[in-house]
This record gives sequence, C-alpha cells and structure tokens, in this order.
Amino acid sequence: MSTATATHDEHHDHGPAKGLMRWVTTTNHKDIGTLYLLFALVMFFIGGAMAMVIRAELFQPGMQVVDPQFFNSMTTVHALVMIFGAVMPAFTGLANWLIPMMIGAPDMALPRMNNFSFWILPFAFSLLLSTFFMNGGGPAGGWTIYPPLSLQMGDGFPFMIFAIHLAGISSIMGSINIVVTILNMRAPGMTLMKMPLFVWTWLITAYLLIATMPVLAGAVTMLLTDKFAGTSFFSAAGGGDPVMYQHIFWFFGHPEVYILILPAFGIVSAIVPTFARKPLFGYSSMVYATASIAFLSFIVWAHHMFTVGMPVVGELFFMYATMMIAVPTGVKVFNWVSTMWKGSMTFETPMLFAVGFIIMFTIGGFSGLMLAIAPADFQYHDTYFVVAHFHYVLVTGAVYSIMAAAYYWLPKWTGNMYDEKLGKMHFWISTVSVNVLFFPQHFLGLAGMPRRIPDYSVQFTDWNVISSIGGFVFGASQLMFAYLVYKTIRGGEKATDQVWEGAHGLEWTLPSPPPYHSFTEAPEVK
Amino acid sequence: MATGLQRRNDRSFVKIALVAIAMFGFGYLLVPLYDVFCEITGLNGKTGRIDEAEIAARYQPDMTRLVTVQFIANNNLGMPWEFGPGVESMQVHPGKVYATSFKARNPTGHDMVGQAVPSVAPTKASRYFNKTECFCFNQQPLAAGESKDMPLRFIVDPNLPGDVQTLTLAYTVFDVTQVAMK
Repeated sequence: MSTATATHDEHHDHGPAKGLMRWVTTTNHKDIGTLYLLFALVMFFIGGAMAMVIRAELFQPGMQVVDPQFFNSMTTVHALVMIFGAVMPAFTGLANWLIPMMIGAPDMALPRMNNFSFWILPFAFSLLLSTFFMNGGGPAGGWTIYPPLSLQMGDGFPFMIFAIHLAGISSIMGSINIVVTILNMRAPGMTLMKMPLFVWTWLITAYLLIATMPVLAGAVTMLLTDKFAGTSFFSAAGGGDPVMYQHIFWFFGHPEVYILILPAFGIVSAIVPTFARKPLFGYSSMVYATASIAFLSFIVWAHHMFTVGMPVVGELFFMYATMMIAVPTGVKVFNWVSTMWKGSMTFETPMLFAVGFIIMFTIGGFSGLMLAIAPADFQYHDTYFVVAHFHYVLVTGAVYSIMAAAYYWLPKWTGNMYDEKLGKMHFWISTVSVNVLFFPQHFLGLAGMPRRIPDYSVQFTDWNVISSIGGFVFGASQLMFAYLVYKTIRGGEKATDQVWEGAHGLEWTLPSPPPYHSFTEAPEVK
Repeated sequence: MATGLQRRNDRSFVKIALVAIAMFGFGYLLVPLYDVFCEITGLNGKTGRIDEAEIAARYQPDMTRLVTVQFIANNNLGMPWEFGPGVESMQVHPGKVYATSFKARNPTGHDMVGQAVPSVAPTKASRYFNKTECFCFNQQPLAAGESKDMPLRFIVDPNLPGDVQTLTLAYTVFDVTQVAMK
C-alpha cells in the first residue's frame, strides 16, 4: 500500500506530533476516536467499581458496607457515569474512528470542534465525581434527578448540573460533527442507501441527540433556577408541578435509551454478515426500522411514569405506542437471524459478542414489553424487574455491542490481531456471570423487591447472594478485556488489510493500521 | 481540503446548531404547553376560577341534584401549621354558590407565610369545580401563634357528568416564608 509510507515519515506534515501535546491538540479523527474509547474504558471501570459497592452492600440483608446515603449516591452516579461517561463516549469514539473510513472521507468535517467535544468530557466528569468530596456528598436522588428530592442535595448540586450541561454540550457538538461529516463528506458514489448500517444508525442517533440533549439541558437548568434563583417550575407552592419535570425529563430520556442502542444495532449489522459470510438480509428494511424506532421514541415517554396518576386514555396511548416499537425492533432481530440462516458461520470473539447481543438484547426487549403493559407496570414499577430489564438491554445490549466492535475493529486500528483465546474466555466468563448477575433480579422484582434501597427483607437474600456473586465475577472478567486491549496495542500477530475473511466495506480496503488520514483521495465506490 | 467543502460544512454546522438551540427553547416551551394541556383536559386536578358576577348569566342552579363535596387538608413535609377544613363535607346543588372555610394556626414562635395548593379528585370533575373566592389565590401570612379562618366560595358547574356523585377538594399547604420574605 503506497499510502502507508506517509505515516512512517515523521517529518511529513500529515503525521502525528510527538509527546503528550499530540493528544491535547489533536484534530485527527483516529486520535480523537482513541481518546474517546480510552476515556469510556476508564469510566466503565469507575462506574463498575460503584456497581461493585452496590452488590457488596446487597450481598446480605441489613446494613453492612456503606451508609444508605452513600449507597444511594452509588446507584445514582453509577448510572450517570455509565450512560454519559462510558456508553455514549464509546459510541462517539467508534463513530470518530469508523465513519470517515466507512464513507471514504479523509477526516471528520469539523476537526477543531471534534477536539473540543472530547476535551470537555474529562472536565465534566471531574466536576461530577468531585461532588463526593463536598458537603452533602454526591447526587443520591437517582440519575433522573427528580425534584423535589434532587433539590435537597448538598453543596454538590450545581456541580452535578454543570457536569450534565458540559456532557450534553460535548455530545451535541459530537453529533453535529457526525451529521455534517455524513451529509457532506461521502466519497463520490457513496449514496445514502449504500452507506454501512453503522453510519446510518449513527446519523439517526445524532439527530436524536441534537433534538433531545438540549431539552435535558433545559430541564436541569430549570432545576438550577428553582434551587438558586427563586423560580418555581417544579415547586407546587409557587404554582409549578414536580410531575412536569418527569414529563420534560422523559421527553429527553426515552429518545436517550435509543441513543444508547441504535449504534449497537449498526455494529451488530456489520459483524453478523462478516461471520455468516452472507450480505445483510433486508438492508433497506433495517434503515427504515431504525428511522421508525427513532420517530416512535418521541411519543412513548410517559411509559416511564405510568404510576403518576394519568387518565386511562393516556395510559392506553403510551402503552400501545410503546408496544408498537416491538415491530421495527422485531424486524431487526429477524433480519439478523435471517442473515445467519444457512450462512457459513464461524464464531470468532466479535461474532460471539454479536450473537450474545442478539439473544440477550431480545430477552431485555421482552421484559420491556412486559413493562409496557400499563396495568402490570403498577406491580413492576421501581422494582428490581426494571433493573433487570434495563441492564439486559444496556449491559448485554449496548456494552456487548461495544465489546463486539472493539474485538472486530481492534486489528484494523492497531494492525495487530488480539489474543483469540483470551477473547473467547472473556466472552464466556462474562456471558455466564452477567446472566447469574441479572437474571435473578427478574425474580426479585416480581417478588416485590424495590430498587434504590440499600436493605431488603430476608426472603430476598438467596437471589441477592447469587446476583452479587455474578456481579463480582462479571466485574473481574472485564479486567481481562482491559489487559487484552493493552496486549493488542503492544503487539501481536500482524493483521491483514481485510482482517476477516468475510469483511466488506471501505475500511477494510485500507492498510492495518490505517494511515493517519484515511482517504486523502476519494476511493471508488462500487 | 477544498474551500467549497469547508464552506458547506460550516453552513451545515450553523444550521444544525440552530436546531439544537431551538430545542433548548422547546424544553422551556413545554412548560406553558403543559399548563395549557392540563387546563384544557382538567388533568392534574387543577380547579377553575370564576367571577361571582358572571355566575347568574352562565349557570342555572340545578335544584334536583345533590352532589357531595369533601374537604381534605394536608401539610407539605416540614410545614408546622395546624391546618384543616371547617366542615368535612357538604351537600351542594350544582349551579349554586356555597361558602365554607378552612382553619389554620401557626403554632411556631415566628411569623410565617403559607401557600395552599388545591387539587380536585376525580380529575375528570376538576374542570367543573370553580371558585369565586379562595385563600389559595394568595399567600397567607400568619404571625407567631396566630390563627385564622380562611374563606372559600365555590360553585359546581351543572354540566358535571352524571356519574360523579362525590368530589374531593384537597389542599396542601406549603411553607413559602423564605420566598415571600425576599
């Protein structure tokens, strides 16, 4: 490959600068993608450590390890860190690395802004985590920060709000960059309906982010002025309404859960065809299904608040609208299964994670359908059943897809093959332990164990012990992943350009590792 | 990079950034929209307000029907006032104005200001419950140890759906001393 020589020439102005400042001032999409992914990995372990505290406390009934206030701040910050610090930056990192390579562009459209949108994040999360050292401790009112409870937080309150503002600004800027890149930077011949599904799902995700993140920013700004400026948006005494916060929050919050899963759909749609050695079944139906899910996500928000006292008509509307989402999601699952049908399948680690995603995400989808049934939700609401549901879609869904993506593209990024044996071990230990961790929580929830409470009745003990053991094993097994990534970056068997026998797409035509600027000359798109 | 592409990218950036800013505004727009929606549908148990002078022109008293109106009083967390209805329930004819009162006492050693917030159940009846005079229209100051009879005049709309035989009017009193003293 002739372009590869340019990267080895340090004096060439297209090569990376040296030292630490390379990473601070970089405007290169690959450098920024790497920064995002490493940041997400660090946050994954910080949020994971908080989950370990939660599972340690719930290992036995009664109060053992931490006091209730700290326990509540663990559940709250675990969620905030995992959603805004781990999963979203990981997807943005993947987008940065892959979208220019997939559409035949030299870099992202707005490289300077790309640098800003990453470097805001470390500040945002330093602000958030610094609240633990303040008078009153970290946020403990749940990640949804419902008033009036959230307004009782101590000195850290404005720090948490500003952390959310900053993280929001970061992801809005990242999304704008992605939309502009996809719309303006495609190689000639790369029509919209030829784009890989990862690019499609990210395009739609970026629009969701641009439409909803500012609404969250507005909601938390209202909280801020309610606390400090004497407004009463959510204070009944001043003519406001705390339930209105829930409506505004979930107007953001429901599209947010699709922000956390649509890029995962794109990743799985890239991996399954490669290892089934067949083209993706129903490409255009996948695109339309993604778009329908995005549209529906705006009209289902109140299913998070069935128990606030809505009229029956409202309950019915949100129940049916929610159930309707199962249709496009089902289209996707059937398409993946049809892609595998009669394919020559092999099960390298990325494929294992992708198949694990399809099976376990579907389990999470089904428990979601159960929660969508408004009358039944009165029993499930705020129990461990909800916790089990969203961890199946977020851990074995979103996180599994990110793991799959890391294994799938790591050889392309680093030029080295990862340790397949270690990867498979990571998959199997994770998959067994994650089910030991979360499956019993379905039973706990159906039996009535409430979420966000540090203590429980003794009849819940057995399943909690099992769940905690699964949690510790799952947490520990992620260290294998960190080690594997480190080992792959350091060296290993050299990867070919195509890496995987069945891989198709522009990124696989580049050398491994790809040159610093992906396509300085637009590739030919067939 | 071609400057034409650069310009196109910048233009796209501005357009999409404007959408983001507009959505921030939309978040705030949801507040009045929410209030209007609740007012039209009567969700949230918000009650109506009416001028006593308008009543004769709008409503004919329905002397054939009797509806029970129950009164409930609650204190918000941390509000020390003794607060309760003068009578627990009344039998009323729709279309006719009735008067009652709530009693409040400030048992603390300092002056306070309270704000009562009403809610009517069932919610579908809340649109038909109108007040001509209510202590909830204003903040109520009470000096240390002072007690007060707070008047309420109301009328039930004769168009109240036939299956509603009982209305419950609940007040929650909030401590707004801090805000009111500013």
